[in-house]
Amino acid sequence: MKTIQTLLLAALVTGSAATLASAAPLKTDVAKSSVSATFKQMNVPVEAPFKTFAAQIDYDAAKPAASRANVEITTASFDIGDDMYNKEVAKKEWFNSAQFPKATFVSSAIAPAGAGKLNVTGKLTMKGKTANVSFPLTVKAEGGKYLFEGQLPIKRLAFNIGEGEWKDTSMVADEVVIKFRVSAAQ
Amino acid sequence: MRRYTIPAIVLHWLIAIGIIGTFTLGLVMTDIQGISMAKIRYTNWHKWAGVTVLALAALRLLWRLFNHPPEYADDMPAWQRGAAHGLHIALYLLMFAVPLSGYFFSLAAGYPVVWFGEVPLPVLIDRDPALRDLLRETHYWLNMLLAALVSLHVLAAFKHLIIDRDGVMQRMLPSFARK
Repeated sequence: MKTIQTLLLAALVTGSAATLASAAPLKTDVAKSSVSATFKQMNVPVEAPFKTFAAQIDYDAAKPAASRANVEITTASFDIGDDMYNKEVAKKEWFNSAQFPKATFVSSAIAPAGAGKLNVTGKLTMKGKTANVSFPLTVKAEGGKYLFEGQLPIKRLAFNIGEGEWKDTSMVADEVVIKFRVSAAQ
Repeated sequence: MRRYTIPAIVLHWLIAIGIIGTFTLGLVMTDIQGISMAKIRYTNWHKWAGVTVLALAALRLLWRLFNHPPEYADDMPAWQRGAAHGLHIALYLLMFAVPLSGYFFSLAAGYPVVWFGEVPLPVLIDRDPALRDLLRETHYWLNMLLAALVSLHVLAAFKHLIIDRDGVMQRMLPSFARK
């Protein structure tokens, strides 16, 4: 009797774990997705895209809390509008892309926050520094596809981006807004 | 000889200073390799100055449309009048074309212009790398043309002052400088 109960319990636990894990990975449509960072230089807002990134989202509309997100950005692909400038930004003072080629975001919790809205918490790692971040994310379902959009304000100096004289935030502001949209299908 | 009206004279010299200053700043800033504080600062100053010249040029064109310029010297040959007129039209066109090409170059590169760091100016086009490259070349060559035509304009003015001594240049000088 005891054994049967244990087995049943085990089956129940395994079963629910299986359903939780079934927040199936979506296939990201890179062409319709984008990640950018908007920085302010002498009060001029400049939105510059990261040309190379990978986003993996596990999402099930029926079980949003079981969602997971994982984004990996190639820092050297940051395009601020000119090849010469892009090379500068990959250097040690800024992204140090040689030593830290990727910036990553890994979610730790995703909580539903009303219709089409999720609150995402997770770890953002850039230039060897990791910070806990949380930000709102919107989800739109259209034609078998999901469109996830959100933005996350960060402080660049917390990640040591902009060393030496560039720590002076009167030239390039400390606050940078990371914007992303991920289009993904089942 | 009649001279230009005070607003016309003031606008002419403000724009002259603006063009020479902005042009020089453009040469200095593009000479700096990589990214530096100075480069960012000069580039923004250059944009502020360029937009200022554009605004002054608009005022000047309006003034010119409603005010006839003073006559040339009576003995000035017809071909010189024609050449002067053509050169002035070209300079007017470039007073608009040069700052506008720079403005759109900046927009195409993804950089809006915030006048004096305070006034965000309209973002009329999206970031566009192909257009950016085209506008960079356009802005450069329009500036070279402007430099050539301004030089010609200055040489002609001094020819009137020193060789012809016909009072044509004095029309554009403040009254205390005329004799």
